[in-house]
Amino acid sequence: MSLLRTENVIMQFGGVVAVNDLNINIKKGELAALIGPNGAGKTTAFNVITGVYTPTSGKVLFTPTDKSGTATEIDITGKKPDKITALGVARTFQNIRLFKELSVLENVQVATHLNTDYSFLSAILRTPKARKGEAQAKADCEFLLERLGLIDLRNEKASSLPYGQQRHLEIARALATKPQLLLLDEPAAGMNPQETDELTDLIFKLKTDFDLTIFMIEHHMDLVMEISDHIYVLDFGCTIAKGTPDEVQNNPKVIEAYLGVDADVED
Amino acid sequence: MVVGMTMETFLQQLINGLSLGSLYALIAIGYTMVYGILRLINFAHGDIFMMAAYFTYFGIAVFFLPWYVTFIITIGLTILLGVTIERVAYRPLRDAPKTSLLISAIGVSFLLENVATYLFSGKPQAFPEFPLLTTPFFIGGLSIQPVSIVIPIVAFILMSALLFMINKTKLGMAMRAVAVDYDTAKLMGIKINGVISSTFAIGSALAAVGAILWCMKYPSVLPLMGVVPGLKCFIAAVIGGIGNVKGAVLGGLILGFSEVLMVAFFPALTGYRDAIAFVILIIILLFLPNGLLGKKQVEKV
Amino acid sequence: MNETQNSLGAYLKLHWKTAVFLVVLLIGIGLADIFVDSYMRRLLNLCAIYVIVSLAMNLVNGFTGQFSLGQAGFMAIGAYTVAIFTVPVESRTAIFYLEPMAPFLANIQLPFVVALILGGLASVVVAFFIGSPCLRLRGDYLAIATLGFSEIIRIVFTNTQSITNGALGIKSIPTISSLWWTYGTALLIIIATILLVYSSYGRAFKSIREDEIAAEAMGVGLFKTKMTSFLIGAFFTGIGGGLFAALLGTVDPKQFYFTLTYNFLLIIVLGGMGSISGTIIASFLVTLGQEALRFLDEPMAFGLDLPIFRPGLRMVVFSFLLMIIVLFYRKGLMGTNELTWDFMAQKFQSIKKKLSRKKTSTEGGGK
Repeated sequence: MSLLRTENVIMQFGGVVAVNDLNINIKKGELAALIGPNGAGKTTAFNVITGVYTPTSGKVLFTPTDKSGTATEIDITGKKPDKITALGVARTFQNIRLFKELSVLENVQVATHLNTDYSFLSAILRTPKARKGEAQAKADCEFLLERLGLIDLRNEKASSLPYGQQRHLEIARALATKPQLLLLDEPAAGMNPQETDELTDLIFKLKTDFDLTIFMIEHHMDLVMEISDHIYVLDFGCTIAKGTPDEVQNNPKVIEAYLGVDADVED
Repeated sequence: MVVGMTMETFLQQLINGLSLGSLYALIAIGYTMVYGILRLINFAHGDIFMMAAYFTYFGIAVFFLPWYVTFIITIGLTILLGVTIERVAYRPLRDAPKTSLLISAIGVSFLLENVATYLFSGKPQAFPEFPLLTTPFFIGGLSIQPVSIVIPIVAFILMSALLFMINKTKLGMAMRAVAVDYDTAKLMGIKINGVISSTFAIGSALAAVGAILWCMKYPSVLPLMGVVPGLKCFIAAVIGGIGNVKGAVLGGLILGFSEVLMVAFFPALTGYRDAIAFVILIIILLFLPNGLLGKKQVEKV
Repeated sequence: MNETQNSLGAYLKLHWKTAVFLVVLLIGIGLADIFVDSYMRRLLNLCAIYVIVSLAMNLVNGFTGQFSLGQAGFMAIGAYTVAIFTVPVESRTAIFYLEPMAPFLANIQLPFVVALILGGLASVVVAFFIGSPCLRLRGDYLAIATLGFSEIIRIVFTNTQSITNGALGIKSIPTISSLWWTYGTALLIIIATILLVYSSYGRAFKSIREDEIAAEAMGVGLFKTKMTSFLIGAFFTGIGGGLFAALLGTVDPKQFYFTLTYNFLLIIVLGGMGSISGTIIASFLVTLGQEALRFLDEPMAFGLDLPIFRPGLRMVVFSFLLMIIVLFYRKGLMGTNELTWDFMAQKFQSIKKKLSRKKTSTEGGGK
């Protein structure tokens, strides 16, 4: 069953076509990757899916499963990002966008706000319902921090964390929204091979433990080839290849696109 | 009221609207240029305008300098003031959170108002009349103050010169580049500080000319005279599309006309004259948030 | 982890310092209420009102990061509501001598508390109409729109003669003189703000201040959350305005000139954008400081007659102070920190350390 589909999505900025005719189909439970040289339009594609941009044309369709277990396809094209997140799509950012002045715990707690079922008045009055909600949210967040190895740092300012842990915090924060689909924008950027390996394991575990579908932009080819079920390759906004890691690796178009910008791939 | 209005009075109001609108346009350009480059509402701009009015007043009414000398000194001092403000109050905060920059702008505005009140007293000072410019002449049934004609002409000449500068000169190109992408422009070797200083210089010079013309039409000078025109002119810039010079001119004219015509058509609303700008602002923000000539802003993620 | 909030005893054990502090504070207010003279009483009342309005402003500007400059306007709404509804019916003909009060209002007189809350609610309604277009857009427009609103509301109140008595203003408002009104309200609002800020809503506010795009991506509805903060701020500010009217006993449009807003701006910048305790401290500092520096406005009567001291100097000093803080002490007194017991203990430790270091380096020396 498909969880996320895009139909002929085009994203144009003035005369520049950043994403041209994007058709992806991500099945529930799989791990898909989006690769391509720098400037290929990968992050733009993420921004269209998460509602940061409204596509010039085309559709984005998401099929979340509700509590009763029924799945319904919803047209999320051009919906506000917070609404899309509430439906079950969470993301991390390539250039790390943590709430710098807030503590590690607070960063994750913010992401539980969408599930608050009490009003601000109840929050001020600390009604039993509000207390219960706050306690539950806090427990959930601490559990996530535990999983991401950040629990001992929960009271530190987010900006004081080392780079790698900031990336982990981004993932914890995204998970706190209780997503069905997790979009990771270059989770391994700036990490050394060992850290990348650890991250690979972590992503894999989180995927199983939280019953996630993952769509990931990544430059580390080892990582991508190792864990992806499906790969989409973008170049100049166009999808030049898609398929399993093996299929993509042997695709001449992909090789050509990458050879031209070798330096960018390596970083 | 509406029925009672003759063609003559209507034309007369149009001329008034045109001259008020031109004054707004001159000041609005300063707002729009600074916002275009620094993304800052230069709250002090209205007070720079006020200071320029005082410079003129002192030159003519206190030191009895010839008018042309006064004008040159006024423009020079105002440019100096604008550039200094940027240097002292905005430049050190360029990498600070935007809120700090905004507070600094408000602080400068507040400081200028208070300094003016302290130095020149809060009482309005009468600006000497220029009979040559204020004695009305008659065309048909119209009585027209020459100043009402002079204002739009001066404004038009200055704005054309400015547009030429922005579109055809190297400095203009640099300004546009910085406005589009600050960081890239910096990387491309554009001297950001120079461009920003020039922007403040140009904006202040136009505000100075605006102040001189303003005083001829409304001959009274006081420390808070820049506040309401300042707010209105920022609104004019928003109406036209912030960051766009032509838009600022258009917005200024729209505001000038609507204000004058509202009072002319509905004398009962005279008391609400200053409110119309804000009503227009709210309407524009609701239906055309990027203004009439503005482009949609795309935020980088 | 179990919160030890089950019994009052356990709670007190955990927060005994705060409890003691509160008791001392209440006794202090009580004593002050009995002993201070009317000048000091008025000043202390003003401090409490400034605490309320500044806190509301900090909630919107400091915690949520939305730059609102409408404080004077919202205060005016609260103040006029209290004025209109609490002035005794029998004295209204004397007050509204130019044009009688509109018949639909002329005979309505409400108890102070009701009028006060009504004033807060009226601010909320107006705030909703300003916020609806502005909070959807880039933040900068809110500053200009709220400042503009402040001016409009003054224009409106000057022109609606039969409701607000125009430029003449409304006199003979029954005054409050007890400190309990202002300090009671201020305490309630401080507590409410603390509880709000340390809740899911408060974190949502702060997330918007930190990074709108990330906040939205984490499911925080920008418009709704900004609006919540803005409306709560307007409510508190309206209440502050109502107390202001009842403190002065008279309202007129000139009191609510937009420069009033700059006082609160100075306070929150001095105290720290995003610090509740900083705001409270700064409210007292600025209010009392403005009073203490009143001599700057008066020509020196003794010794050298310096022309430097004359009306306006005080405000020059204050605007200069604002500039100095913004340029050199951007975080103000507290930054986004709070004056908690832990914070004080830490500060105390670091000062002690510095002192002891100095002692060893300078060898001996008095204290």
